[in-house]
Formats: sequence, C-alpha cells, structure tokens
Amino acid sequence: MNAPVPPVIVPRLAPLPPVIVGAGPAGIRAAERLVAAGLRPVVIDEAARWGGQIYRQPPEGGPFTRPKSALYGLEAGKADAVHRAMAAIRDHVDYRPRTLAWNCEAGALDLLSDGAVETLPFSHLILATGATDRVLPFPGWTLPGVFTLGGSQVALKFQGCAVGRRVAFLGTGPLLLLVAYQYLKAGVEVAGIFDTTPFLTQARAGVGMLRDPVTFAKGMLYLGWLRARGVPIHYNVRPVRAEGTERVAALVWRDAKGRETRTECDAVAVGLGLRSETQLADLAGCRFRFDAADRAWLPERDAAGRSSVPGVYLAGDGSGIAGADAAELAGERAALALLEDLARDHGGRPVDAARVAELDRRLTGIAAFRRALNAAFPFPADWADAIADDTMICRCEGVTAGTLRAVGRSGQAREINRAKALTRVGMGRCQGRMCGATATELLARALGTGPDGVGRLRAQPPIKPLPIATTIPSPAPGEGVKCDRSPPRERATPQAGRSHDA
Amino acid sequence: MALLQRVAENGRRVVRFTLDGRPVEALEGDTVMTAMLTNGDRLRRSEFADAPRAGFCMMGACQDCWVRTETGERLRACGTFIADGMRLLSDGEWTS
Ligand SMILES: Cc1cc2nc3c(=O)[nH]c(=O)nc-3n(C[C@H](O)[C@H](O)[C@H](O)COP(=O)(O)OP(=O)(O)OC[C@H]3O[C@@H](n4cnc5c(N)ncnc54)[C@H](O)[C@@H]3O)c2cc1C
Ligand code: FES
Repeated sequence: MNAPVPPVIVPRLAPLPPVIVGAGPAGIRAAERLVAAGLRPVVIDEAARWGGQIYRQPPEGGPFTRPKSALYGLEAGKADAVHRAMAAIRDHVDYRPRTLAWNCEAGALDLLSDGAVETLPFSHLILATGATDRVLPFPGWTLPGVFTLGGSQVALKFQGCAVGRRVAFLGTGPLLLLVAYQYLKAGVEVAGIFDTTPFLTQARAGVGMLRDPVTFAKGMLYLGWLRARGVPIHYNVRPVRAEGTERVAALVWRDAKGRETRTECDAVAVGLGLRSETQLADLAGCRFRFDAADRAWLPERDAAGRSSVPGVYLAGDGSGIAGADAAELAGERAALALLEDLARDHGGRPVDAARVAELDRRLTGIAAFRRALNAAFPFPADWADAIADDTMICRCEGVTAGTLRAVGRSGQAREINRAKALTRVGMGRCQGRMCGATATELLARALGTGPDGVGRLRAQPPIKPLPIATTIPSPAPGEGVKCDRSPPRERATPQAGRSHDA
Repeated sequence: MALLQRVAENGRRVVRFTLDGRPVEALEGDTVMTAMLTNGDRLRRSEFADAPRAGFCMMGACQDCWVRTETGERLRACGTFIADGMRLLSDGEWTS
C-alpha cells in the first residue's frame, strides 16, 4: 500500500453574500435567519411583491383595498407574520423583485430584470422556488375557461376576479375544497366539486391527518360550508371532456359506475396537487432521486436542507410538497445549515443548537403529516391511461398522447429525454411544467414500467423564455460567452426595431 | 363577452387601452390577462387548429398566455401589467 496522501489544501475564498431564490414563506424565513446572523443576503423573486404563492400580495397601486382577512381567510395571521418578517429585514437584504433567475451553473446565477440580464456569482445559494399545479390533460382542456386550480385562486387573490360565473372544481388535493370555498365566499356559483378520490380513501386517511388537527379541522370546515350551501360534491370522478367551441360550456364527467353526466358551467378549475419547481436545482448540478410520494424526481436534500452540491441548499415546496408551515420551518433550517457550514469553513459564530433541534423535531412531525396527505389525495394514475390518443398533451407544441405513446411502443424512446427529442413534448415554452407529469406517465405505461423507470426530464436554460428585447451585455474582451442563451423558439423571429443580442 | 368576472376591488383607477382596435377599459393593477379577459374571451388563437387560447396557470408557469401588440411586441399576459394606451390584439394569428 502506498503511504497516505496528504490532504490537498484548498485555499478558502472569502464567501460571497448568500443568495436566496424565492421570497415565499421558505425564502423569507431563510433571509430572516441570515440577517439575524449579521449577513446581508440577496433575495431574488420573479414576482413584484414578496409572499410567494400562498401569501401572494395584490399588486401595488390600484388601489387594492381588501384586508388580509379577506385575502387569506383562516391563514391571515400567518400571512401577516410572514409579510411583516420580510418588511422588518427589508433594509438588511439586497431584495430584487421582478427578477427571474433563468440559469444556474458554475457558481453563478443568470438573472433577468427589466429586460436586462446580469450574472450573479454565489458561494452559498438557497433555492426556495416553490411549486405550481400538477395537471393531467383531458379533451377540451385548452379551451378558454379551463384554468388550473392554483391559477383560479391567483385570479381571486391577486386580481379580484373569478374565472367564471359558474365554476366546476375538478381534481384532488387540499386546495380543491379551499379554492371552491373561497369562490363561494366571493359570491361565485360553484357548479360542483368533482373529486378524483374515492370518498372512503379520504375518510380513512383523515385519521392519519389527525396528527395535524388544525389543518384537518380546516378541511372539514370548508367541506361543511360547501355542503350547507348545497354544492354538489362528487367523489371518484374522472373527466370525460370540457365542451364548448370558443369557451367552456359544460364539463362532462364519469362516476365510479361509468355513468356520464353533463354539468353546465362556464369555467373549470383543475388541479391534482402540486409539482415542485426544480429546474434551478437541476442546472446547479444537484443529484435527484425519485420520490414515490410526490411521484416526481426531486433534488436530494438532507434533513437540514443541504443538497448534494456543497453550498447549495433547498427549502420549501420547491424540493418536495409539504405546505406553507413546513416551508417556513425548512427555510429557517436551511439558513441555519448554511450558517453551520460557514462557521465550519470560514470560522464564525456557532449556530443556536436548541433552535436547530426544535426545527428538526417539528419538521419530522410534518413529514408524517405529508404522508397522510398523500394517502388522502392519491394521484389518479388511471386518468393517464384513459387519455385518448388524439388528446393534445402539450399545450406549447401541440403534441398528442398518441404520438408520445407511439415512440414508446415502437422502442424508439425508452427514456423521457429521448421522447422529448423525438416528439418535442417538454421542449416548448413551458419546459415540461404542464406536460411533464403526463408525458412521464404515458411513456411509463407504454414501456410497461412505472414513472420512476423512464428517467427525468432535464432542465435547460433559460428555464423560462426570455423576451426578445432582452439586452445581454457583450462579453468583456477575451471572455467567451458562457452558454447559448437563446431560448428554444422565442428568438426565432427577430422583430423590426427591436435590438437584441447578436 | 368576458371570461373573467370581477368580484372585488372595483374601486381602482380606470385604465384605457385598445383590444383589436376597439377602445376598452381595465383597472389599474390588472394584468394584461385580466384586462383582456374581462373584455373578451381569449388572448389569441393558437398555432394549432386555429383554436382560441386564454392562458392556463396565471402564475408564469405554462407560458400559454403570450399575446401580441399592434407593433408586434410579444407580452406574457399574466406577468405584465396593463398600462394606458396599450394596443393589444386577440385575433392575431399566432406563429412562434
Ligand atoms: C396558487 C397556489 C396556491 C396555494 N395556496 C395554498 C394554500 O392556500 N395553503 C397551503 O398550505 N398551501 C398552498 N399552496 C402551496 C404552496 O406551495 C405552499 O403553501 C407555500 O407557498 C410554499 O412556500 P415556498 O416558500 O416553498 O414557495 P412559494 O410560496 O411558492 O414561493 C416561491 C417563490 O419563488 C419564486 N421563484 C421561483 N422560481 C423562481 C426563479 N427561477 N426566479 C425568480 N423567482 C422564482 C416565485 O415567484 C415565488 O414567489 C399553494 C400553491 C400554489 C401554487
Ligand atoms: S397563464 Fe400560464 S404563464 Fe401566463
């Protein structure tokens, strides 16, 4: 055996200010903890105001006048606490609203703000990017009047609008009853709740949810409210189609016995739980694993929020769906992990061990609640099987279910990125956010495997299309352009009078 | 016809813009999406089968809400606020 090799001494560079992507509950609590330790983090968010999805604030100006009690209902106290936490540290953070982080590689984020791009190097990065609705297609789902469930809530909270006069709520998950309840309270007619879950599944799993009696009680309250006002609630439903030519006129649905019913409505809000926004973690080089509960590939994180890449931390719904309360805890915990690592690598004050223990204890409890939630609102996998071959599964590129199935069955694609290359599914403007779950389920079925057996749809920069007018500063002399920043298709047609990068 | 229905926050300042050449009104703080869909049924016709589209997620994820202005500019309707004098199109043929 050779003599032991002496360890390589890596000179430690001075750390840069920590960077947080996302100003939702996770990002705000992370920033608060870093500020308390004397740091000045950069906080980046695409939205114009802080709060994230659940505690999204109406636009400035207007003026918008609804009080928080009207906007956030039973969550008004928590919303207010999170908003205040950010307001209190506002002068101690480098807050960048209306800023999209569209790429992450080699220790730097690429940002877009007011039409201009900038590269922001980092040594420590917390990704708190949140989640958006998970959906499956059905005939008619591209008709005007079909919106995601979360989007329907955004319309109400952020714009004071309902997506229709008579709205059908279709899907599963805790948001289904909540948003229907919020619509009813706002004076909108609810055509019905079309829940994909069998009633008994929910009732049984409710026992598990008693671990979090408050959340459970809220769900019961919404249900009771809807029932008392005569809203029809159907369980174990599958959609047949949304009917209409220029806009939605009805939802046709099937019950467990196979009977079809047509319910008139002028809007459908559809959602099957949430899916994490993982693109930046992917581009940052984080290792992923398949998560059976979320039925999705998620970036690996330890209990504290460390990813597989040193200096990159993950918190909140962006790395696994666990809800707003968990996001607050996980954000703070990830910031403490960052501070622990700073203290280890660069010297510095040790973190508050008692607080770490407290957070770890509470996060463990939430993991159990999350399992119960997943049991109560299972993903209706058979919905994917029933998607007809001529149904468009990709809204961006117009790819049909049949096209995707064909490349699987013919053996041309045994993996999702190959299917993407062949069919363009997941290659369009949404980068698979809306079609990724469907494409994965369909390809898996075509190949006789599960959603974990077809690989992971890889993210590509820019993770959202950049406007054509984007000015990218020309590289300094002697410095190469880092990557091809051309978005998939938005740049294909340069416009007269608009300068953009050469 | 309007796809979106206002149910609150109606006391805001009025903003004037044109939709397919027709003068219409929205409220300050409306997104382009809200402004167009409280005055009409769609944001554009899609490149596939000439079908109408009206966005889907309202939170910048689906990218299905791009609209054109009369000068050929392209806007993401759910992420852009309406401003006085905007000239928006909902019947423009969409080719990306
Ligand atoms: C529409 C909607 C409504 C919801 N309502 C509820 C509810 O009522 N109750 C509940 O318990 N849960 C709700 N949820 C679940 C919600 O995900 C969590 O409760 C909570 O918001 C998670 O907090 P977070 O901090 O992890 O992420 P979020 O609150 O989602 O915050 C993430 C933030 O990151 C920003 N961001 C993401 N990527 C980028 C990027 N690349 N560049 C710049 N900024 C970026 C986003 O703009 C966003 O502000 C809802 C989710 C959605 C989508
Ligand atoms: S409606 Fe989905 S991005 Fe605008």
